Amino acid sequence: MATEEASSGLVFHPMDQFIVKPLFGEGPIHWYTPTNATLWMALTVLAIVALLVWGTRGRAVVPTRTQSVAELAYGFVHKMVVDVTGKDGLKYFPYIFTLFLFIVFANFLGLLPKSFSTTSHVAVTAVLALLVFCTVTAIGFIKHGAHFLELFWVSSAPLGLRPVLAVIEVISYFVRPLSHSIRLVGNVMAGHAVIKVFAAFAAVAVISPLSIVAISAMYGLEVLVSFIQAYVFTILTCVYLRDALHPHH
Amino acid sequence: MEGDIVQMGAYIGAGLACMGMGGAAIGVGNVAGNFLSGALRNPSAAPGQTAMLFIGIAFAEAFGIFSFLVALLLMFAV
Amino acid sequence: MANETHDAANGAAQGAAHAAESAGMPQLDFSTFPNQIFWLLVTLGAIWWILTRIALPRISGVLADRQGAISGDLIAAEEFKLKAKEAEAAYDKALADARSEAQKIVAQARAEIQKELDAATAEADAQIEARAALSAKRIGEIRAGALEAVDAVAREAAADIVAALGGKADAGSVAAAVSARLKG
Repeated sequence: MATEEASSGLVFHPMDQFIVKPLFGEGPIHWYTPTNATLWMALTVLAIVALLVWGTRGRAVVPTRTQSVAELAYGFVHKMVVDVTGKDGLKYFPYIFTLFLFIVFANFLGLLPKSFSTTSHVAVTAVLALLVFCTVTAIGFIKHGAHFLELFWVSSAPLGLRPVLAVIEVISYFVRPLSHSIRLVGNVMAGHAVIKVFAAFAAVAVISPLSIVAISAMYGLEVLVSFIQAYVFTILTCVYLRDALHPHH
Repeated sequence: MEGDIVQMGAYIGAGLACMGMGGAAIGVGNVAGNFLSGALRNPSAAPGQTAMLFIGIAFAEAFGIFSFLVALLLMFAV
Repeated sequence: MANETHDAANGAAQGAAHAAESAGMPQLDFSTFPNQIFWLLVTLGAIWWILTRIALPRISGVLADRQGAISGDLIAAEEFKLKAKEAEAAYDKALADARSEAQKIVAQARAEIQKELDAATAEADAQIEARAALSAKRIGEIRAGALEAVDAVAREAAADIVAALGGKADAGSVAAAVSARLKG
């Protein structure tokens, strides 16, 4: 990168937006240091409070605009949980709703100019995915004991194929948290990095209009992707939870 | 000199890794196109299957993201 | 937590880490991982707490209230419908009652009038009867009177006629002859 900067007028810093910095002054980042990640996570919490607590303060039977948005989000995730995991998955609805709200608000707040998108960090999404993975595995073993392992033993397949399938199933089971977290982080990071790259091209006067059009188009795509990735993360959580609740397929 | 060659190899590798994203694009297009053709044949069943559409797209896309990640790692981390 | 060692290493190699940050991917800067994970867990805990304590009970309460209000309104509407039907039946019944009452009254009145009429007719008949009887009696008297008068006139006239013809007749024979003639 350094050589490029020196040789051409274009300055590419697509990754600089993801740097975690301490909020106050310089210094080493301890585990408790308030950083820009902390700030944007706190803003996420504030946004959720604004929508779900402040928005519903009237408890109106005929809802106001914000209240109906909050109810829409509630109904959306509620329906998703019921459709995918069935009625017995509703016990875990607050957990799934927490994940959905955090991801969707972090994604949307990350789209603000000058902001920091917390979901573009592997550390964050890996923790989210591992939380899901550990909870789902724990639920599976608590609910079904050793019978949970039947998830990997495809009883509908021919007997000769079953060991092979079992190996594949086990591998795919343990790859789940990886793909679950990398999908989210990759989508968010890729979109932001591409926008930054187009922004760097805007420095050249000839192609700057094109670059601005491209940034706008990418931004629109990113708005869509932000929501879809939150949706996908949530629905995959529901799918994994269904596997844990009903391992016999 | 040796470092330059390593860097060159890394950049070339990053470019090659980006080809994987084309595969993901084909996969996503396949999923969406098949969903659309199925939905046009049986429009009444389509709304119930949109969740499956998004799950399929997410799985297809994940591998493109993986190749993108490999490219990024080659660009910045190696 | 295992951050002490990490922090020490981080503090020592801070300049190097900073250089690595600007060159490599910030996502792979492991020195920021404990920080991000800690704050992420705090954030998730906060969201979870807010949701389970405040937001979810409130929203589900509102949704249940709305459901209750809707079904309550439907039940109330059903009740009102039933009431309306009852009222209609009662109205019909009252109408029929009133009609039959009216018919009864009419029949009663008619019967009374008939009775009065009958009584009046009977009285009038009786009066007419009495008067007719009286008249018949008087006619009879008058007739009897008239017959007697005719008798007397005939006898006088016969006696006068006999006297005018020059005969001599006693009153007894004339009367016998006249009454014989009148009878014949």
